[in-house]
Amino acid sequence: MSESYAPRDWSSQPPYLHPDYKSTVLRAPTKPLIPIRQSLSEITGPVYGQDRLGALDADLTRNAVKGAEPIGERIIVTGRVLDENGRPQPNMLIEIWQANAAGRYVHVVDQHAAPLDPNFLGGGRCVTDGEGRYTFTTIKPGAYPWGNHDNAWRPAHIHFSLFGPSLSTRLVTQMYFPGDPLLAFDPIYMGTPADCRELLISRFMLEHTQPLFALGYEFDFVLRGRHQTPVE
Amino acid sequence: MSKLRQTPSQTVGPFFAYALTPEQYGYDFASIADGALVEGDVPGQRIRIEGRVLDGNGDVVPDAMIEIWQADEQGRYAHPADPRGSNVGFKGFGRMGTGTDPEQRFIFDTIKPGSVDGAQAPHINVIVFMRGLLLHAYTRMYFSDEAAANARDPVLASVPAERRHTLIALKDEASAGAVYRLDIHMQGPNETVFFDV
Ligand SMILES: [Fe+3]
Repeated sequence: MSESYAPRDWSSQPPYLHPDYKSTVLRAPTKPLIPIRQSLSEITGPVYGQDRLGALDADLTRNAVKGAEPIGERIIVTGRVLDENGRPQPNMLIEIWQANAAGRYVHVVDQHAAPLDPNFLGGGRCVTDGEGRYTFTTIKPGAYPWGNHDNAWRPAHIHFSLFGPSLSTRLVTQMYFPGDPLLAFDPIYMGTPADCRELLISRFMLEHTQPLFALGYEFDFVLRGRHQTPVE
Repeated sequence: MSKLRQTPSQTVGPFFAYALTPEQYGYDFASIADGALVEGDVPGQRIRIEGRVLDGNGDVVPDAMIEIWQADEQGRYAHPADPRGSNVGFKGFGRMGTGTDPEQRFIFDTIKPGSVDGAQAPHINVIVFMRGLLLHAYTRMYFSDEAAANARDPVLASVPAERRHTLIALKDEASAGAVYRLDIHMQGPNETVFFDV
């Protein structure tokens, strides 16, 4: 086996146990991870192309409308999927989910007393193009309260899920918005090593703004890169 | 050349279902994957894999998401990095939330994978996501009726002997079909072995 993926860079990743985020206390593995020598099982992974997607999957302002436009501020979220060597990752599935403009999820367990939007689901997906670029059209999500601690509010965020080219490159993360005053109080965001937190914040980009339609934000992903291991 | 920093992981949270497992949870959005891995005439022994996710109190976790990735009956993955390629029609990927079954189980209907690389025992790669996990956890499932192959498996051999049982799904001999069960323990005396993949 000559092909494998660079290890996870633990200096950029949050720990399993982060007691400020209370749900980690009973759910974080307590024993050290056991290193695995990458085999076909780890360097392969699910492949999904454009053919598996619906025509409106990448446009959350249209993919669930029931006769009217969803409420809220329309935004474009675009960027590239790269590996850590700067190589664009084409044909990669990206899935997203988020709250609506009022900070309410469609999920039945979300008890936040903010209105649902009958024209907004909050789920979408797309596949990166030949340059590794993706684009979603959506509604800017609202902040929402949660039960972690007294007066806890999640900063506005969009959840992202990426496979990358293999099982080992799998990434689930959240994208935040610049200048959000809630970030400093959020244990999920603050669980990330300090010098990497900014990697989770999108950039406002006037050039991605569509005149008279939507504001533009840019957010790139960096996945683990391939590396060649010496033949033994 | 200096490397770019890897994007940090964040938790999947409790509200993934309407986007990642929508049909399972009854949302009006097409799923790209679910608990049924076999479509049509895929060769191989049909099996069911089921289990629960348990937290450090031993309580069942009702908002986890489990993904599985496996080879076909000949041990081939449906991916370009596998030079042999797999059976057309068997993608080898499944995804289920633990929030719809009355017992909060994940249930996958699939085929038993073959030996991978000619060296590894038949196994299923598993990724665990949930609220409270800031980054996903990788584990594997092996099969209790593959004792000889398991004894030669290099990954199992790297696991302390007293923890190997946390990776071996037990065949239910009473069941008519082939059903294998394995619970995933996040903590506790039977804490599942998780890998640094
Ligand atoms: Fe959220």
